[in-house]
Amino acid sequence: MSRLLQTPFLPSVSLPTKTRSSVTGFRVKPRIIPIQAKIREIFMPALSSTMTEGKIVSWVKSEGDKLNKGESVVVVESDKADMDVETFYDGYLAAIMVEEGGVAPVGSAIALLAETEDEIADAKAKASGGGGDSKAPPPASPPTATVVAPVAVEKKIAAPPVAIKAVAASAVHPASEGGKRIVASPYAKKLAKELNVELAGLVGSGPMGRIVAKDVEAVAAGGGVQAAVAVKEVVAVPGVELGSVVPFTTMQGAVSRNMVESLAVPTFRVGYTISTDALDALYKKIKSKGVTMTALLAKATALALAKHPVVNSSCRDGNSFVYNSSINVAVAVAIDGGLITPVLQNADKVDIYSLSRKWKELVDKARAKQLQPQEYNTGTFTLSNLGMFGVDRFDAILPPGTGAIMAVGASQPSVVATKDGRIGMKNQMQVNVTADHRVIYGADLAQFLQTLASIIEDPKDLTF
Amino acid sequence: MQSAMALSFSQTSFTRPNHVLGSSGSVFSTPRSLRFCGLRREAFGFSTSNQLATRSNRIQFLSRKSFQVSASASSNGNGAPPKSFDYDLIIIGAGVGGHGAALHAVEKGLKTAIIEGDVVGGTCVNRGCVPSKALLAVSGRMRELQNEHHMKSFGLQVSAAGYDRQGVADHANNLATKIRNNLTNSMKAIGVDILTGFGSVLGPQKVKYGKDNIITAKDIIIATGSVPFVPKGIEVDGKTVITSDHALKLESVPEWIAIVGSGYIGLEFSDVYTALGSEVTFIEALDQLMPGFDPEISKLAQRVLINPRKIDYHTGVFASKITPARDGKPVLIELIDAKTKEPKDTLEVDAALIATGRAPFTNGLGLENVNVVTQRGFIPVDERMRVIDGKGTLVPNLYCIGDANGKLMLAHAASAQGISVVEQVSGRDHVLNHLSIPAACFTHPEISMVGLTEPQAKEKGEKEGFKVSVVKTSFKANTKALAENEGEGIAKMIYRPDNGEILGVHIFGLHAADLIHEASNAIALGTRIQDIKLAVHAHPTLSEVLDELFKAAKVESHATTRTVSEKVVV
Repeated sequence: MSRLLQTPFLPSVSLPTKTRSSVTGFRVKPRIIPIQAKIREIFMPALSSTMTEGKIVSWVKSEGDKLNKGESVVVVESDKADMDVETFYDGYLAAIMVEEGGVAPVGSAIALLAETEDEIADAKAKASGGGGDSKAPPPASPPTATVVAPVAVEKKIAAPPVAIKAVAASAVHPASEGGKRIVASPYAKKLAKELNVELAGLVGSGPMGRIVAKDVEAVAAGGGVQAAVAVKEVVAVPGVELGSVVPFTTMQGAVSRNMVESLAVPTFRVGYTISTDALDALYKKIKSKGVTMTALLAKATALALAKHPVVNSSCRDGNSFVYNSSINVAVAVAIDGGLITPVLQNADKVDIYSLSRKWKELVDKARAKQLQPQEYNTGTFTLSNLGMFGVDRFDAILPPGTGAIMAVGASQPSVVATKDGRIGMKNQMQVNVTADHRVIYGADLAQFLQTLASIIEDPKDLTF
Repeated sequence: MQSAMALSFSQTSFTRPNHVLGSSGSVFSTPRSLRFCGLRREAFGFSTSNQLATRSNRIQFLSRKSFQVSASASSNGNGAPPKSFDYDLIIIGAGVGGHGAALHAVEKGLKTAIIEGDVVGGTCVNRGCVPSKALLAVSGRMRELQNEHHMKSFGLQVSAAGYDRQGVADHANNLATKIRNNLTNSMKAIGVDILTGFGSVLGPQKVKYGKDNIITAKDIIIATGSVPFVPKGIEVDGKTVITSDHALKLESVPEWIAIVGSGYIGLEFSDVYTALGSEVTFIEALDQLMPGFDPEISKLAQRVLINPRKIDYHTGVFASKITPARDGKPVLIELIDAKTKEPKDTLEVDAALIATGRAPFTNGLGLENVNVVTQRGFIPVDERMRVIDGKGTLVPNLYCIGDANGKLMLAHAASAQGISVVEQVSGRDHVLNHLSIPAACFTHPEISMVGLTEPQAKEKGEKEGFKVSVVKTSFKANTKALAENEGEGIAKMIYRPDNGEILGVHIFGLHAADLIHEASNAIALGTRIQDIKLAVHAHPTLSEVLDELFKAAKVESHATTRTVSEKVVV
């Protein structure tokens, strides 16, 4: 995990793929607008539990294209992966409200879907009407009636300035009639008044894109994201010019948030040196069957965790903690543009061969940014291995929401004194566990590491 | 065990003070003996009687003696069965009103039965006053613990306060269960027959309950109470669109809840929800929040209870349509202008609480059998709670008390009305003075009132040709309030300067609900300001707030020498 802080982050440019998931979370749930039943909004879906905003990687379809139910419309980059977003309805992509490269909060409209070709113009009028004036007073009449057609034509060309305004519109609540109404919680409104913050155009992070108090506080503190500003930064051509300021990609943003959040957890570290001769021998024996070292380590860790459930627990609120029912080992993987932790679920129960196959599949998916939320956010214990780079020991940051993370160094031949009083050569690796001391104490980790060492030094159980 | 003991003691402890005070009249001859919200005695009766007992030990032995005598007298139990009827009195509905009537009826020697189709205790105990007080007790503490400034000014340090929703909900539920059991036992112990089943009137002096049990009684009291009123267009699903019935179970604490109606139910819930972390939006049909309160009080209350909290509001609007959250969509509330009926706004919130008042529960009561026509569901009654039929004539031997008659929809008013009816059927004419019944809203701080509001009093004064004066005092001038760091609040009294009559008292401040009784008792007893201002209040206590009011009032007439008991006007 510590590695992610040094990773040279490059904005990811992943190719939109045609593969789609059947998981509902990936789908766009179009919202029916009561006033205009036949023009539907496509809004930014929540692709993970931590996702608050998404970046449009590319539009698979362009304005005016006919869409069939289930077809991919847009590729969205969340904090963890790129995903295809598909439509639930037949119709025409009438208006794109957030251009490629634009950012929109979860739940805000990114495009309009018209049922018939005739309604495309209406939808465009609505999109431009909503996006063109984000400070419009609450309307008393349906938006379509207030917007004149020429405006729609003008705004048809998706020039960057339009995109900026479109995002401003999309920053508001989906039910806010295309940006004409501001949906903010009572306290947010109160704070905005007190702190003199303009709510129009503010990115809401609450349920369904609602503006909540912390959004207002963020803006007042200067760190907030006023939609228009955010887009300007995104629109600026990203480059690797030295000395230039590069805004975070979505993933970098997520990593940054998680890292800062981790500071709220009191952690401590316990290290252990484990002999790996037996493990190396086993690995050599079954390597041909597709077994990887990562899978072996994950399996050994999972078996040790099964005997020490407290190390597999997690404390979220500071008042209680959960003994997690399954042992899901997350393994950190460096990918282009960041870091992700694919999860080997039930690693204690799945046999080593299946686990290895699963791992390969996950890594391939991660590289293609195709991981599904449950494949990267359900980990209960994290493994981070930098041994392949020759690193002999390092220290990992505990990912929020889990109890412990283990940093694994390289296995190296070392000179050791053996029990029978001789000097010998053994392969040894150092592991270092970082844990949440609110729930996991020194003795817990020590016992866990002792168990782990005995499993690795006598690895016959791993192949069962 | 304890509750049974508490009962027999409290039974007498409430009659005894009349003797101690030296009242020469019959025990229940005056409104002073009215028992508001009868359940309170049972809930706290044990400690009360203990106190009284010890005090009588200290003060005079004689009173202790009379205490024992009356205790044995009251243990006679339910009255002897009448000759031609099954019962002397049948009460339909075992809420607080019915309970108060039943206890008093037994005391009067009437053979009494009470019919309950649901659970004993009715709305107040199970879905109203009682569980809400449990939630408010929690919210008051949360509020205090969260108020860093408040704690700091005491020199206290408290780490972040948190709560367990289920624990809070359990507290409310346990309290309701406990009070319900106390209530049931208190009736069983003195021999009231509790008949289970839905009761209805079959004809004069005849009642049916359950499937087909028919019983007769000399007199019948209808005390069926009320249910939450849900205006049309609002779809209640019990999860995201709820009434007070659901809210009291506290199954969830939504991030943002809209409360439709800013009366005392809405206000109390806003207090609970904001203390537990929710944000609240009030929707009020009238142009002002907190209608029904004295304007000055509601203005100050708004400054303290609404403005600094995470609450906003829409006034002058109706919620014409409310759709529960489903399919990932939030709760949708359509607002229309209360006057023009034009659409005004749409709200999307996490939950909506419907607190638009209560509707009488009088369906299926068999009122057609006695030719009674309800008015908006309410049973029409005269000032003696006698039911009036469709032609405007009194239905003999049929009474209606509590929320079902709509005179004053408060638990203790129902109980007082029930006692008034029992007084009448046991041979003493009695008319309840509703203006002496106090009301309270248990927000933090509390609001309480009795009698007329300032505009009402002025209107009355103009009509009847008397002058009306107002006197006010602030809690900031009260030592005890300042010691508690709770100086926010006012008390005001509306009175007649010519004769010193108290017309109304309104209090907003710490423990206002407990303070009001000095004023309500004075109104009930007809005590004049020039007399009560000579009474002594312990120092330092909050009761000095009222003392201030009495002393500050300018009354033209002088203190009377007559004793209190002679002045009572029934």
